[in-house]
Amino acid sequence: MKTINEFFEVLKNNFNDAVVELKEDIDSYIVVKADSIDKIAEFIKTNNDFKFDFCTCVSGVDDANGTKNTDENGNVVINGGTMSVFYHFNRLVDDAKIIFRVYVERENPVVNSIAMIYRAADWHEREIFDLFGINFTNHPDLRRILMPYDWEGHPLRKDYKNPEFYQGIRVAY
Amino acid sequence: MSLKTEELVLNMGPQHPSTHGVLRLELLVDGEIVKNVIPHLGYLHRCFEKHTEALQYFQIVPYTDRLDYLASMGNNFGYVLTIEKLLKIEVPERVEYIRVITAELQRIASHLVAIGTFGIDVGAFTPFLFCFRDREIILNLFEEITGARFLYNFMAVGGLNYDLSNGWVDKVKDFIKYFRPKLKELNDLLSFNKIFIERTASVGILPADMAINYGVSGPMLRASGVKYDIRKNDPYSIYNRFDFDIPVGQGLQGTVGDTWDRYWVRVLEIEESLKIVEQAIEQIPEGDVKAAIPKKIKPPVGTAYGRVENPRGELGFFVVSDGGNNPFRVKVRPPSFCNLSVINEICKNNLVSDVVAILGSTDIVLGEVDR
Amino acid sequence: MNNLVQEIIVNLLLAAAPLFLWILPYALLAVYLERKISGFMQDRLGPMRVGKWGLLQSLADIVKLLQKEDIMADAVDKKLFNLAPLLVFIGSYAAFATIPFSSIYIGSNIDLGVFFVTAISALVVAGLLLGAWASNNKYSLYGGMRTAAQIVSYEIPTAIVILSVVIIAGTFNLKEMSEQQTANIFNWYIFGGPELGLKKFILIPFMLVGTVIYFISSLAEVNRTPFDIPEAESEIIGGYHTEYSGMKFAFFFLAEYANMFAVSAIITILFFGGYQSPFGYLGNLLNIKWLVGVEQIFWFLFKGLLFVFVQMWLRWTLPRLRIDQLMVTCWKYLIPISLVNLIIIAFISLL
Repeated sequence: MKTINEFFEVLKNNFNDAVVELKEDIDSYIVVKADSIDKIAEFIKTNNDFKFDFCTCVSGVDDANGTKNTDENGNVVINGGTMSVFYHFNRLVDDAKIIFRVYVERENPVVNSIAMIYRAADWHEREIFDLFGINFTNHPDLRRILMPYDWEGHPLRKDYKNPEFYQGIRVAY
Repeated sequence: MSLKTEELVLNMGPQHPSTHGVLRLELLVDGEIVKNVIPHLGYLHRCFEKHTEALQYFQIVPYTDRLDYLASMGNNFGYVLTIEKLLKIEVPERVEYIRVITAELQRIASHLVAIGTFGIDVGAFTPFLFCFRDREIILNLFEEITGARFLYNFMAVGGLNYDLSNGWVDKVKDFIKYFRPKLKELNDLLSFNKIFIERTASVGILPADMAINYGVSGPMLRASGVKYDIRKNDPYSIYNRFDFDIPVGQGLQGTVGDTWDRYWVRVLEIEESLKIVEQAIEQIPEGDVKAAIPKKIKPPVGTAYGRVENPRGELGFFVVSDGGNNPFRVKVRPPSFCNLSVINEICKNNLVSDVVAILGSTDIVLGEVDR
Repeated sequence: MNNLVQEIIVNLLLAAAPLFLWILPYALLAVYLERKISGFMQDRLGPMRVGKWGLLQSLADIVKLLQKEDIMADAVDKKLFNLAPLLVFIGSYAAFATIPFSSIYIGSNIDLGVFFVTAISALVVAGLLLGAWASNNKYSLYGGMRTAAQIVSYEIPTAIVILSVVIIAGTFNLKEMSEQQTANIFNWYIFGGPELGLKKFILIPFMLVGTVIYFISSLAEVNRTPFDIPEAESEIIGGYHTEYSGMKFAFFFLAEYANMFAVSAIITILFFGGYQSPFGYLGNLLNIKWLVGVEQIFWFLFKGLLFVFVQMWLRWTLPRLRIDQLMVTCWKYLIPISLVNLIIIAFISLL
């Protein structure tokens, strides 16, 4: 099996509800449910038809599709809507690729972690937690990775506002 | 009588000569033996991904230079390939050739730095300067065509910002002729030095399954014996036209995947890159390098993941477009970031000196790890 | 009484003479040489700006170091911190007191010359360890511990090799040793000493082994590459001198170079004829007595600097060993070999 359509058929049969749809794109991806990504990851790693051994990339995206409101300070705040996590997997033998997308609620972003299945995802998930504030359940060591440990807010969210002070030091300029 | 011993926390970095930038490793040491390594990143975080959301597509190219600053050409290449994939445009032949030549020269330059600094890490100073002497020539070549020695901003979406200058091709040929014997000199001085082999062979062994699981790529993955190179396995640009090998670690001096293998794979890759440059420079066609550059870059809504084999491994760009002038989201998959994540596994239960050697052999660039 | 005071003062001045006339200028010269030599080995020029060919570079460096602020962290043990560079300096410079630079000049012609040099050099370890501990810095501590382990271990093969030469020479006096190796290059101890006969020829290979072992362990004793792990800058920053700055750092620095010359001087005296010329003297030919002494000084410094050069050469060629490999080299190879060597030489000398 090499194409994402074939992969999608098998996954749909095995996980029915958890696998939502196949989205056509430049790199087509499969939309799956956030609470079952770990099971699917386990499946594509161990199943003989899949054997995806290489987790290339895990990336977060703030979809910014909620309602935009202005708070009392005049800052734009996005309420509701979703954020996404993209998973790129790769099979080293024949370089087949599979891409998953997971939607999470913006207000309560929780995804099951795949860090213990693919250790490569460990730091990527920490990065997403750091920059988007998406929580990964069962992650072994969910700390900030790029920003300082005591930083407030998640910079890559679309409604992120630069803080004026960091530890009493003026940072805005 | 038994003495009570205590474990000590040794902070290696962020200001330390051999962390290759501002990386902080928190070492838990028992005497000279390292029990645990906790890396702390982010000292060089420059918000690249946040910046991209406020910039137009073509404006991002100079920012990519600064990711892996030792391999700017490769970064340019990866980014423009991804945007071209998003835009579905074809670039002229000449552009492809020039891109491949510059990227491979850049790979040689980058590996020379990797080898040289690795030499310093194990205490050999002279190979470092020999490597820099030869790298200097490549930088001069780049300076001639881009005007910059380090951060080139050379490639544009759909083409190149500048064409080659007259006589540049001959200078590259001269360089190859000059450089081949220098590689032998390097091998005599460092690669097969008894002390060097003692220091690096069978140290910090990274087994193939662990390397794959941790998402390690590039020379580090190949040193573990996995024959995977994006240039061969998933050829982008025109790499399928060239004849070259993928060197893999064979454990010549110790175990497969040890520190010496990681070093040796880089030396062999320099040789392979020279081969590619030699072939490409003969075939380079005439043409206009700016012909296919779009006037306005406004990709359709969609996502694309483009990747290239950078000197340090798989450099990926994941771009989400909302149809506007600016990208909605650009995520970089930095090879150094993934390669560094395995550091704890391979440093455990080694000596402090080995940690330095192993870190040197992973060849990270902090500009890319922290972005 | 007056005579005694006079004698003491004269002796003091004589003993201090090599320090001021040679060792201090030598340290400056050696730093310059090191940079130039490394430069040429690495396809570059080295210092070129201060003076012609950068000749005054090390002078400028010393001026800079003198002007530098003497930084001392709050948490250091101030007394020990200040004492350490002095101890190191004293240890390495006092060794020159008994070294015969020529037949007309020796600081102090004591009978236990070799003994004195080995003993006083050991003071350096104490100084380094003191400085490392007083710095209250983990890297310094690492450097100090490594130094202590390394120098103490490598003193054993050094001492054993010295003993084997002493057996041949029959004296501890460095000047007498030098005198024995006179006249002819084949009278040098590396070629079995001055006594002719079968004994001499059997001795040659063992003396060669001794020379090599002594040279290797002397490298380790002065912390030069490939044994520079106590100050391995890529691993533990600067080791014991991480926290030192300005003139105190310069003390460590100069002491290292002085030490380099000290071990080269010892190796010259023990194996390469001390101050003796390999070809005979111009002074004897022209019948000018004092010229012989001057020539001897030249030969001594020449041989010494030759070994200093070899040390530099090795430093810019070889990578650094690891601490366990260093210990293995010493305890598993050098000590047993030198011991066996000593026993064989002892038997040969009984022949």
